[in-house]
Amino acid sequence: MIEIKNLKKSFGNLLVWQDVSLNIDNGETVAIIGRSGCGKSVLMKHINALLIPDEGEVLIDGENIHQMDYVQTRKMRQRFGVLFQGSALFDSINTFENVAFPLRYFTNRSEDEIRIDVMEALELVGLEEAWEKQTSELSGGMRKRVALARATILKPDYMMYDEPTSGLDPETSDEINQLIMQMSEQLKITSVVVTHDMHSVLEVADSVAFLDQARLSWFGTVEELRQTDHEALLRFVTASEYQVKV
Amino acid sequence: MKGLNELGKYSTLLYQALRSSTEIKTYRKNLVSELVKVGVDSLGIIMLTGVFTGAVLTIQTAYQLQLSFIPISTIGSIVSESILIELAAVISSLVLAGKVGARIATELGSMKVSEQIDALESMGFNSVSFLVVPRVLAGLMMFPVLYVVASVFGIGGGLIAGMLTGVIPASEFIKGAQLYFEPWIVLFGFVKSIVFGFVITSVACYKGYYTSGGAEGVGKSTTQATVLGCMYVLLADFLLATLLL
Repeated sequence: MIEIKNLKKSFGNLLVWQDVSLNIDNGETVAIIGRSGCGKSVLMKHINALLIPDEGEVLIDGENIHQMDYVQTRKMRQRFGVLFQGSALFDSINTFENVAFPLRYFTNRSEDEIRIDVMEALELVGLEEAWEKQTSELSGGMRKRVALARATILKPDYMMYDEPTSGLDPETSDEINQLIMQMSEQLKITSVVVTHDMHSVLEVADSVAFLDQARLSWFGTVEELRQTDHEALLRFVTASEYQVKV
Repeated sequence: MKGLNELGKYSTLLYQALRSSTEIKTYRKNLVSELVKVGVDSLGIIMLTGVFTGAVLTIQTAYQLQLSFIPISTIGSIVSESILIELAAVISSLVLAGKVGARIATELGSMKVSEQIDALESMGFNSVSFLVVPRVLAGLMMFPVLYVVASVFGIGGGLIAGMLTGVIPASEFIKGAQLYFEPWIVLFGFVKSIVFGFVITSVACYKGYYTSGGAEGVGKSTTQATVLGCMYVLLADFLLATLLL
């Protein structure tokens, strides 16, 4: 379970947000939405301590990740998989090696076992044929899928997706959404999805957190979202390409 | 104030690198690859630099001594001492600041702006151990080797240039080189090359690791790594000469 309590973050004089509190139950998928620059990705990076808050705490299964020493933090981070907005694949190695990367360093598996695991992970995202390709040869959607295979190869307890469908065509976006749902269901992963793609939100999320005016402005289930009369949230939702029936 | 802030961040990065230098399993593979990139891949340019430095130094020294009554073998002494004590280490380091320093800053900068460093950290890696430690270690280990190569090719270049232009026969050059040779100047050259290797690689790692601002930021970091690397090499050269000579 992830508990975010009274989080506050500023960069210099710029307040990103304050008093952000929310709980994410095990197995739940929460979408963090909001306008560009509202601090969605910044909030996500606080969950696995890539960023340190000015105030507040983040508890992972009751443990404050920001009070751990570096060795404990790294151990905790191994329980997370992260899909970055730009995929963040290592461009000096090929697709297979990218997915095998965490296995080589964090497990004692043999080469044969690694090969089996990597090919299984690539098959899950439909890219077993591309295992030899260099990352520069992959399209945007393929890169996201390889990054997803790499992020889930160690069977994490938590997954964080930063704008998983940005820059992708609607069909590929839909494929990525299906994969996120598939990961949640098959691996029973607790997920945080940062996005402003409402189509993606409605498809993959159980709950929605809306960041607006430097605070968590609204938090509720997708069903509650459909019936909300929250003015700023309605404006955000109806401005979406996918008109949501409210 | 900004300078102090930068110094603080640089020191913190070095401290982190020192602390994580025990995690050999994390950087072993990268260290081998960095040793090749810093050392083997730089051999060509270092040989070339050495040969031409020695050659030019011989011809210019001969030109300046042509009307004097100083024995001709003195050319060999001046060239070999200058190369061993100063030029092999300094000139090759200035060249390597452009080659090695720029490469390191560009690599790390690109990784930073494309979130590859964040990806490493989010997987539970110690990114400093994985990226910074092998690069700085490779600098510390390979710069002395390159100093030896630059010295050998520098003195060799001087000898051949002297022979080809007829300004000094090989036997006189060798006689002069041996006449005033003292082993400590080689030791001094080694110390210099180790310090320069550390300065160039650590500054480049620092600039690359803290890159921000996309492609423009990478360009800025690369330029700063090269320029600062050269400046600090010259500064360190002066300090070492003051302290050790």
